[in-house]
Amino acid sequence: MRHFEQELEQLKGKLLEMSALVEAAVQRSVAAVVQKDRSAADQVFRDEERINALEMEIDEFAINLLATQQPLAADLRLVVAALKINTDLERMGDLSVTIAERAISLLSEPVIKPMMDIRHMSALVESMVRKSLDAFVANDADMARSVLASDDAVDSLRTASYHELISYMEKDPQNIPQALDLIGITRSLERIADHSTNIAEDVLFLVKGIDVRHHSEVR
Amino acid sequence: MSPMQAPSPRPVSDVTMRSHPFPMQTVEEKKPAGELAKLSATNLVFHYGSFQALHGISMQVYENRVTAFIGPSGCGKSTFLRTLNRMYETIRNARVEGEIVLDGEDIFKLEVSELRRRVGMVFQRPNPFPKSIFDNIAYGPRINGSVSRSAMKDHVEQSLRRAALWDEVKDKLHHSAYGLSGGQQQRLCIARALAVNPEVLLLDEPCSSLDPIATAKIEDLIFQLKDSCTIVIVTHNMQQAARVADYTGFFLMGKLIEFDNTTVIFKNPAKKETEDYITGRFG
Repeated sequence: MRHFEQELEQLKGKLLEMSALVEAAVQRSVAAVVQKDRSAADQVFRDEERINALEMEIDEFAINLLATQQPLAADLRLVVAALKINTDLERMGDLSVTIAERAISLLSEPVIKPMMDIRHMSALVESMVRKSLDAFVANDADMARSVLASDDAVDSLRTASYHELISYMEKDPQNIPQALDLIGITRSLERIADHSTNIAEDVLFLVKGIDVRHHSEVR
Repeated sequence: MSPMQAPSPRPVSDVTMRSHPFPMQTVEEKKPAGELAKLSATNLVFHYGSFQALHGISMQVYENRVTAFIGPSGCGKSTFLRTLNRMYETIRNARVEGEIVLDGEDIFKLEVSELRRRVGMVFQRPNPFPKSIFDNIAYGPRINGSVSRSAMKDHVEQSLRRAALWDEVKDKLHHSAYGLSGGQQQRLCIARALAVNPEVLLLDEPCSSLDPIATAKIEDLIFQLKDSCTIVIVTHNMQQAARVADYTGFFLMGKLIEFDNTTVIFKNPAKKETEDYITGRFG
């Protein structure tokens, strides 16, 4: 294998390490909420540092490859996609931290409503995260497209949950702090789904060389 | 410049234009909207003695565009370039079949000196004449009688300006061209080619003996010249093709494997052979 190909493999390897950390962070932050698991939240806080460090490492590595190797065709698309996926992953890490923080504030209080919505929504979001990253690992355009199809379902779940939580707040102002935490959690989950969608779009660019963002092409 | 006449439809099997999925199209049918064909080759076959160097090349060179040919050594890209102004005719045992038309005229029926005036060429190594800078430029117009004696000074200045060399040589026009640097000599050769007002300029690896600064000057020049000229460049430097060319053709073993917009070739080529070559996984 040529030196440059080894470097591309290294770039992919770093991105996979980052993906694994972020996927775990999303799962743990959800567990911290629905299972009231404090240790899961603590682990999310600890891993954030490594995720941030990896983000900078991957950016630098990819920029150096652009500067020194001037990659073309599939190699060019890989380096560009890596830079973009890297940014999305780091944001997903941040959103997991936000969810874990809300989880801690919810620990001490009795729940005002069952967490069914959040369980349902987080299962969908976790599957989007997993599929988008699997699609990247396997260069699988079909799997990437399946992620794009799930985004609307997450948006509707979030909107339904939002209206329900508003009605809880209207019923009893005592519910406001907890309802705000839950709104924050659903909002973060929805944004994690958006970042997974971005990754799936980057995978389609990587594999097929097409740009499907903003419905610029039929998905 | 007269409009191109369509060549008779012939099947083209070895060229890919992704917007047209059907292989049985003529090059004329594949032409992108808004482009005019300046040169059009159909089923061009070339032999050096018993060795077949080109296997039925069909493609068009579009007017006022830069077209780059890339490919490994011996792939036929320079041979194809040399057929475009019949430069191969100086080689013994070379023979060509097929058709090349320039603005609708069969180049094989044109007077060769007329063809080479209209389709100029600049080579890999700068090859100024052992004359003054001024006389290098004035040589062609004098032979053609295309510029009067009184207008020659202005014509030389204009040609040197078009080649972005005037400011560097205006005070030493009567010094030997051999006193110039390699990059300056190459721009002098371009100015010399421009002095006879060619419609097409063929550049055969024009920067391979130049440093990066001289290379950048030539590339800037190519960019400026395409307003008044159609340019075809053969280059081993893929980044150079990516930088200067509007269209790029990839040659391999005497065949045109893929021809498309430069950005398509370098971002997302359709053929695996092209991908392997430009990403360095070839061979």
